[in-house]
Amino acid sequence: MPSNETSAAVQAGNGIRRRSLLKWGAALGGVAALTGGGLFFGLKPVNGSPGKKEELFWTACTVNCGSRCVLRAHVIDGVITRIETDDTGVDVYGQHQDRACLRGRAMRHRIYAPDRLKYPMKRVGKRGEGKFERISWDQALDEIAARLKKTIETHGNESVYINYATGCTGSVMSDSYAPASTWLGRLMNCLGGYLNHYGTYSTAQIARALPFTFGGSSVNGNSFADIVNSKLVVLFGNNPAATRMSGGGQIYDIVKSREKGNARFIVIDPRYTDTAVSLADEWIPIRPGTDAALVNGLAYVMIGEDLVDHDFLTRCTVGYDEDSMPEGVPEGNSYKSYILGQGADKTPKTPAWAAAITGIPERRIVQLAREIAGAKPCYVVQGWGPQRQASGEQISRAICMLPILTGNVGVQGGNNGARESGVSSTFARYPTLTNPVKTSISVFTWTDAIERGPEMTATADGVQGRDRLVAPIKFIWNYAGNCLVNQHSDANRTARILGDEAKCETIVVIENFMTPSAKFADILLPATTCAEEDDFADGAYTAAMSYLIFARKAIEPLFESRSIYDVCAGVAKRMGVEQAYTEGRSRDDWVRWVYGETRKKYPELPEKVEDAFAMGIWKKERAGLPAVPYKDFREDPETNPLKTPSGKVEIFSKQLWDIAETWTLPEGDRISGLPEYNPTWEGVSDPLREKYPLQLIGHHYKQRTHSTYGNVDWLKRVAPQELWINPADAEARGIKHADMVKVYNDRGTVLIPAKVTTRIMPGVLSLPQGAWFAPDKDGVDHGGCVNVLTSLRPSPLAKGNPQHTNLVQVVKA
Amino acid sequence: MQKRLAFHLDMNACTGCKTCMIACIDKNDLADGVLYRRVSEYTGGDWIRNADGTYEQNVFSYYLSISCNHCENPICVRSCPTTAMYKDENGIVSVNPEKCVGCRYCEWGCPYSAPQFNAELGIMTKCDFCRDYLDLGKPPACVAACPTRALTFGPYQELLDKYGQAQLVAPLPDTAITQPNLLFTPSRKAQPAGSRNGKISNPEEV
Repeated sequence: MPSNETSAAVQAGNGIRRRSLLKWGAALGGVAALTGGGLFFGLKPVNGSPGKKEELFWTACTVNCGSRCVLRAHVIDGVITRIETDDTGVDVYGQHQDRACLRGRAMRHRIYAPDRLKYPMKRVGKRGEGKFERISWDQALDEIAARLKKTIETHGNESVYINYATGCTGSVMSDSYAPASTWLGRLMNCLGGYLNHYGTYSTAQIARALPFTFGGSSVNGNSFADIVNSKLVVLFGNNPAATRMSGGGQIYDIVKSREKGNARFIVIDPRYTDTAVSLADEWIPIRPGTDAALVNGLAYVMIGEDLVDHDFLTRCTVGYDEDSMPEGVPEGNSYKSYILGQGADKTPKTPAWAAAITGIPERRIVQLAREIAGAKPCYVVQGWGPQRQASGEQISRAICMLPILTGNVGVQGGNNGARESGVSSTFARYPTLTNPVKTSISVFTWTDAIERGPEMTATADGVQGRDRLVAPIKFIWNYAGNCLVNQHSDANRTARILGDEAKCETIVVIENFMTPSAKFADILLPATTCAEEDDFADGAYTAAMSYLIFARKAIEPLFESRSIYDVCAGVAKRMGVEQAYTEGRSRDDWVRWVYGETRKKYPELPEKVEDAFAMGIWKKERAGLPAVPYKDFREDPETNPLKTPSGKVEIFSKQLWDIAETWTLPEGDRISGLPEYNPTWEGVSDPLREKYPLQLIGHHYKQRTHSTYGNVDWLKRVAPQELWINPADAEARGIKHADMVKVYNDRGTVLIPAKVTTRIMPGVLSLPQGAWFAPDKDGVDHGGCVNVLTSLRPSPLAKGNPQHTNLVQVVKA
Repeated sequence: MQKRLAFHLDMNACTGCKTCMIACIDKNDLADGVLYRRVSEYTGGDWIRNADGTYEQNVFSYYLSISCNHCENPICVRSCPTTAMYKDENGIVSVNPEKCVGCRYCEWGCPYSAPQFNAELGIMTKCDFCRDYLDLGKPPACVAACPTRALTFGPYQELLDKYGQAQLVAPLPDTAITQPNLLFTPSRKAQPAGSRNGKISNPEEV
């Protein structure tokens, strides 16, 4: 096929090659398929076609909302004609149906989306331009192997990076995250290893910070099921109606618990979220990035009015007052000293002080402190929005101060302030071998590692496993992910970094669609979707029951798409490690191996995997009351110490104090022993607000899971991409609802329609994250991608992505 | 099949996720511009800036998932000049595509925008309560899809006995017009019918 034709077709975005059309088109009556108007391969409704035999297959949605949903594909002549979801059983809560959300239900138009990748391709234009020519699988795999070999020989294994990619994170057999649990990871481990990363784009700051307070490697909260035992529920930036939408999972859990219990619900968020709409008694709007200031004001009232739980603070914590400080720290550094203005900053954190920062009236802060302290038990929980900030580590620790001060840690119906946890059942995993490379960078700093890898150090850039990187990133694997540009920050700068072929020499993308990231591939490979192969998925993010999903291949792989297992096997063969990679097993052999190992954990599963596939989903009701993390510790902290240096909850962390002493931080960044409020760059008090007066966040939106499903027409129809703006800010700029507006800062410009709504606070805009970057020739984005406006500057401790810390201006376009 | 079926919407459980809409679109392969079920967002309230720069507000918002209500007194049937629109023996209101000429009088008459014009076919189309599913003993696609179980269905009298007759909420029209088979449990912030406090804030989506 001539390359220019392919390029044009691909660029057009709906470039189905009609001549080479597909067997299912013919099956549908070729003429109809060929004249179908271009969209969806001309796929016409075939429901109820006489004489056509319909088959049903259980499959799954395995994207990164964290929940997993079983889908049922109706298939006629090899074509999916309808998607249903779990309708099994009696739907009693606890053994309820795992009902997919709108996205899973739109799977048919995702699988058959017009920008579906069809063949292996090789870049022919400039990197990022999106021009490709079709090549054979053999050529693609040969070139990848040759480039990988050369990169390893020239720059070493630490120059090879597997990028963060969660498009298939719910899948077992085609898992895309974390690298160490994927086939790509296994392949690279057979070849001497790869540069690791730590943290995630979802949780970088909180995951790094909370262990300093509570110890251990991860910190979990009580589950939503425990809300039935609570008197008051306070959600900080936690919006399960958008982030955990599965009807088998947490949105249903919280709705049911709200209904069964008697708790009052308060939502603290810059937006009146869908969770607040359905569940909240009260919405307290707050300026982005100021949650720690609110906590300080609340703590001031609690301390001043003696509403704190002295018993818990004395028995279970360090750093509350000067009597419980670790050695080697000067006086005046306790939490109480900080709050009362007896510390270094000499600033009492009064409700009036907090009001000026947060935008919440002083009177309301005083009342809220009394409410939280008076409700026994009180369930304070944070989502991951508050921590995705320039000082997100501190914010996440600060929110936990409310349950710590009021003694709500480790009690039924309470919570420690961390995000809710749940119950789970999990499949066995195939072995991925061991990575000989121990070096690791923060998930957010890979563009830095491309630009100046060996300059990056442990104490300035958070490099782990080495004092300094030994090589820049020269080779990137990107499978089922859109973090190459779309979901990473500062899309324009990232595109420039990736566009320099002298820096990162090879980018291999394995994908379903022509995503903004796929356009940056040197070699672009078409991958199967879940419906095109046998797979498994762990139920996750549920509170009342766990489940396992058995997803059966419903249709043949479209065009020339291949499973990630086979892609890696093809590279392994060419690199001389085929036997080490496959152990002589085909993908199907591994499916059976995984099932066999899983049955050892759950002997009640059917003996044959075929019977499991026919069953689709297996559920297990939670036994007993919801688990209470830290209960044993709270009851007897001496016998059951935490894994912190003191064994107690560390309100003041000496470890962080020491890090602050030894690390090199850029001007304005701050790490502190206490969970303090830190004003930050592009925060509420940045003088840059004179030029860019509005704070911009990017909330999770029902149209997409991050960027996944961002190309599906049905979803765009029912939930279009829009910029949220308060009527006060809109009127001041002559903007009316549905007007096209231009949002911009020094990093870029986005054109998008405005949603003028009282559901967002004045001074704050929100552009839902995940929309696909679509720059025009002048670099103006027409897709509504928030990361055109976000910054590559990492947070101080986690070196994580502060994607809700942005200042912008907006004008009518 | 049971007679006089109705929908019930628990507004305290409806998060406006629109899974009902997608399930309906997928099942019926709805063309662009045709939506048998629509989720309206009704929002209002004001913001006041205090002298110290803080804010007070009384914002409210809620979602209403509405399809055809298969009314007892269907204005669409009354306004159809060709008798294409009809209410069957079980109470389900449908279009006979053989008789419909696409004059759209039913669309103008219906206060719920239930009849939807399919430009490609040149005729009206609408929700038929998933009659085919009901025949198989299955719930309608939208009800079976609802992740929070906010949307349910059943015989009108059963739902009425279970949930009671709630006060009508804005912006729904007076039930006296068509006697819809729609019941609901109002949300905490629901505004009374006739209220001018809010407006449909997602007109482009419905």
